[in-house]
Amino acid sequence: MRVIIMGCGRRGSALAAMLDSEGHDVTVLDVDAAAFSFLPDSFGGTEIVGNGADEDSLRRAGIEQTDAFVCTTRGDNRNVMAAQMAKHIFNVSRVITLVHDPIREEMYSSLGLRTVSPTRIVANSLKEALLAEESAPEATLSAGEAMQGGNG
Amino acid sequence: MYIIVVGGGKIGYFLARQLLEDQHEVLIVEENAEKAAQIAEDLGEIVMIGDGCEASTMERAGMGRADMAIALTGDDEDNLVVCQVAKHKFNVPHTIARINNPKNERIFKMLGIDATISSTGVILGHIEQELPSHPMIPLMTLKGGGLEIVEVKIPPDALVVGKPVRGILLPQKSLITLIIGSDGQARLPSPDTMMQAGDEVVAVTMLESEDALRSALTGTIPSQRY
Repeated sequence: MRVIIMGCGRRGSALAAMLDSEGHDVTVLDVDAAAFSFLPDSFGGTEIVGNGADEDSLRRAGIEQTDAFVCTTRGDNRNVMAAQMAKHIFNVSRVITLVHDPIREEMYSSLGLRTVSPTRIVANSLKEALLAEESAPEATLSAGEAMQGGNG
Repeated sequence: MYIIVVGGGKIGYFLARQLLEDQHEVLIVEENAEKAAQIAEDLGEIVMIGDGCEASTMERAGMGRADMAIALTGDDEDNLVVCQVAKHKFNVPHTIARINNPKNERIFKMLGIDATISSTGVILGHIEQELPSHPMIPLMTLKGGGLEIVEVKIPPDALVVGKPVRGILLPQKSLITLIIGSDGQARLPSPDTMMQAGDEVVAVTMLESEDALRSALTGTIPSQRY
């Protein structure tokens, strides 16, 4: 699969490295060339400096031939704008974008974008970890003690 | 009308001042506290500090009862999101976005922003108007079916010079709405209004008819057909 990943931070580079090692044709796009240092030395894909929310940069990254486009920058607005361009202007069939703000995530998801919310996922993971601790016997005991201590 | 302006830069400031003068209820949302304080000092308590792209900020700003949202920041992606959230989450009837990169006009239109203003585009248009090949300035785009308002300057050697408006073969769904003479006088065109060299014609047209309209008004050789 040919895939363009916008944003080569921790998440983008991790995804790029994973897909590249599995034999996919990966292009990473970032406004900052220094970001490519997050990629492992073994990375065999293409690195392109450019803004994913800019039509010309998307073309340079090969948006017209790609099978998939993933937005991973920290800026929600940049992500959703680029994702909508990929989907509506370039008709990329598989477009996925990170949206950190849960409210915006819900809205763009209802507008037809395939969204992933790191905020929701992390909050859920933290909650699960927390509840797992609580339900462990020794954890329940110490939680009870702590509560009594607090009231006293 | 209750109008929310996101972005308290120069454009936002002057726009808000004018809207207040016209008796509208205005709120500027500005991220920078210093800028916000300055505006408040000049215009009164009509400023809210916050990120206008955050739905929670919009909620506090009363976006739900706004008649219009205008996004004027220097970042196109922010302006797009402000308008989309205003429209889809808060059902604001009118959304206007400033566009910095003229190439983004198409995507904004496709995504349902009611009107876009591209200062870069306007300036580009003025530059291009100095060149004979491009005498058209896009003034504003309107949502209803990809319409836009353009201004075309009639060159001295244009075929339409000396002809009445009814004699001009306009492309479909194009309409001449105003003619500004070289003396600066604006006149409403009737079918008998005569076109003169140097006239500035304000017209409504479809995006895809731009070129045809330009040829119709500025062409110097008999055109084939439209």
